[in-house]
Amino acid sequence: MKLDLDPEYEAFRANVSETLTKNRHLAPTSEDKGYKNARRIAWQKLLIEHGLAARTIPKAYGGYGGEADILKARIIAEEFARSRVPGPMAGQGISMLVPTLLELGTEAQKQAYIRPTIEGEMIWCQGYSEPGAGSDLAALRTSAVEDGDHYVINGSKIWTSTAKQADMIFCLVRTDPAAKKHEGITYITFPMSMPGIEVRPLVDMTGSANFNEVFFTNVRVPKSGVIYQPNKGWQVANATLTHERGMLGDPNATKARFLELVTLMKGESVNGQPLIANPMLCDRLMQLQAEVYAMQANGLRITTSRLKGEQAGIAGLIVKLNGCDLNHEIARLAIDALGELGILYEDGEHLRSDGSWQWRYMYDLGLIIGGGTAQIQKNIIAERGLNMPREPKLAKA
Amino acid sequence: MEFSLSEDQRMLQDSLKGVLSQSASLDQIRKIAVGDAGAVRALEAALEDFGLASLLLPEAAGGLGLGLLDACLVQEALGYHIAPSRFLASALAAVALADNPGLLGGDAKFGLAVTEMASRRDGAGLSLKAGKLSGTALLAISAEEATHLLAADAKGGLHVVDAAGAKAAPMQTIDRTRTFHAVTLSGVKVLSTAKANDRFLAAARLLVAADTLGAAQAMIDKAVAYAAERQQFGRVIGSFQAVKHMCAEMAAKLEPGRALIWHAAHALDIGDAEGPVMANLAKAYLAEAGTFIARTATEVHGGMGFTDLVGLHYWFKRIGVNRQLFGSPEQARQTAAQLQGLVA
Repeated sequence: MKLDLDPEYEAFRANVSETLTKNRHLAPTSEDKGYKNARRIAWQKLLIEHGLAARTIPKAYGGYGGEADILKARIIAEEFARSRVPGPMAGQGISMLVPTLLELGTEAQKQAYIRPTIEGEMIWCQGYSEPGAGSDLAALRTSAVEDGDHYVINGSKIWTSTAKQADMIFCLVRTDPAAKKHEGITYITFPMSMPGIEVRPLVDMTGSANFNEVFFTNVRVPKSGVIYQPNKGWQVANATLTHERGMLGDPNATKARFLELVTLMKGESVNGQPLIANPMLCDRLMQLQAEVYAMQANGLRITTSRLKGEQAGIAGLIVKLNGCDLNHEIARLAIDALGELGILYEDGEHLRSDGSWQWRYMYDLGLIIGGGTAQIQKNIIAERGLNMPREPKLAKA
Repeated sequence: MEFSLSEDQRMLQDSLKGVLSQSASLDQIRKIAVGDAGAVRALEAALEDFGLASLLLPEAAGGLGLGLLDACLVQEALGYHIAPSRFLASALAAVALADNPGLLGGDAKFGLAVTEMASRRDGAGLSLKAGKLSGTALLAISAEEATHLLAADAKGGLHVVDAAGAKAAPMQTIDRTRTFHAVTLSGVKVLSTAKANDRFLAAARLLVAADTLGAAQAMIDKAVAYAAERQQFGRVIGSFQAVKHMCAEMAAKLEPGRALIWHAAHALDIGDAEGPVMANLAKAYLAEAGTFIARTATEVHGGMGFTDLVGLHYWFKRIGVNRQLFGSPEQARQTAAQLQGLVA
């Protein structure tokens, strides 16, 4: 057990911290809205230049070209969280498509897509889930029929975030309806501007449209958009799903929220007493702090496993389930602590924390469901972590 | 950075588990629970042979000078096998007397009368007058055959007295595998006074948390094994999602507790200021996770879990006692809040 870092890494941390302090005046603010905002793109490029974004992407594709170093990646994440300087962009193109291209894309695909994607000039959306294919993703039915050098695509996708803003989509389609369900799927990319694509916003419980439905009617897509090989899309998708699961439930983000909650409970008073002085609320705060500490220590354990090239086992499998639940519970306590004023939302004179706790409480419920529902996570923990038997398959009717 | 157990630590835990699976089988534990003195002695002898008593003693006192993280690994193994042991008392004596290790060596056997550090009761408690302790301490641990008692007075002072001057009356708890006593002292001379500090109570709570970690892990292992064997409706019950999810929830609650205990123990070992906060929160966390697991693992066993035949209730009761020992989860969380200056 050794929790301090070698001097090389302490020096790296100091360097990151200094870079963030020196440049924070250039960071985008809440005024800088929208995906292709010039200030946000300039900030992203500056972060790449300093190795604080796209760190391990090769220089040839517009990245920083650094070596993969789990500790440095961790230090960078910690310094952004600590300094509260806005972090790098994190769309699905950057977090999911780019790693997939690096692993399985052709040279032409890498050249065409990686640089504009990591610089924030090319926005992607992910076409995976369908109305009839949620947890059972491999049941997807959007069809792609060969026609010379093209596929003709028909069907629909759902839960597509950023579909309105996206230039491009990476999409799972069924190219061989006769094959077994995992074997007839192809992973394909194409522009969202193609004729026959319709995007309808899906308004959710937060009141905004964080997701969309996407409809395809005879969309002609060049075959050159296929990533890896036709009918191998399930393997390609599994590579990216691993990246998505890694994003949800990050204990550093959870700790930052917890600290916001502590600040709220110290600063806000009811009946002349700070909220923290209420023993019931304080007890709930301490319950959450225990979980925050536990998930942080669990994260340290996973980092060590990865450094040693070992599997993290159950410690790794529980992060999405526990982390998303914990975020939701932190928001719940913040709302309860605020009492009547906790119900205010969106706008108004007496709003606390910009109404963000109610927004998080709802949005976090979406994240408990999305990216593999809590129930699917429990199946995974039981089957892969505890070696419990799989559900027997139903005999075909 | 390396957040994991060392090779030595893994070996220590594995070899102790090896000893315990021989010497603390459920049959042996059942004998101990009905007061079979021979069974108690046999287990004690096996643990003495293993050298448990000397692990935490400072090297100056003839021990190995291991830290709290090592102690947690030992306590976890004891909890896994629901083995009664003097280890908890001797480990805490080593923490309390770190600056005065002279009393620890030789044939000294420590009992622990410190519940007052967490809860002062009407009609009980010890008071210090002119260097002598008087009164009754409740729920003393390892008081039988002790040569010395580590006793807390009502003001938080921590004293060593000769156990020969104490009168011990058994207190029966739900857990028959471990013995607890009400210890009465009548003007017994204090041999040494240790500085009472946050670290002692934190270490006591952390070690109990580690014991629960082991007991709860044993219950999960038993539930998963039972679910892989027991058939209903023509399939093993472990293939039903309702049962699988119960097991997944248990694992998801317990596993971060393991990392939390490692982190808290390490922080106390290196004198990190966050150590006592983490240790108190670890006690509360494991109390809650342990209670959930004790109930859920019993339910996975269905009716059999409720019977004496499977013996699962021994683990259930171990966890139930640990939950209250040295303070309930609410008390541990209150201490954590006080240590951080969040409440008075």
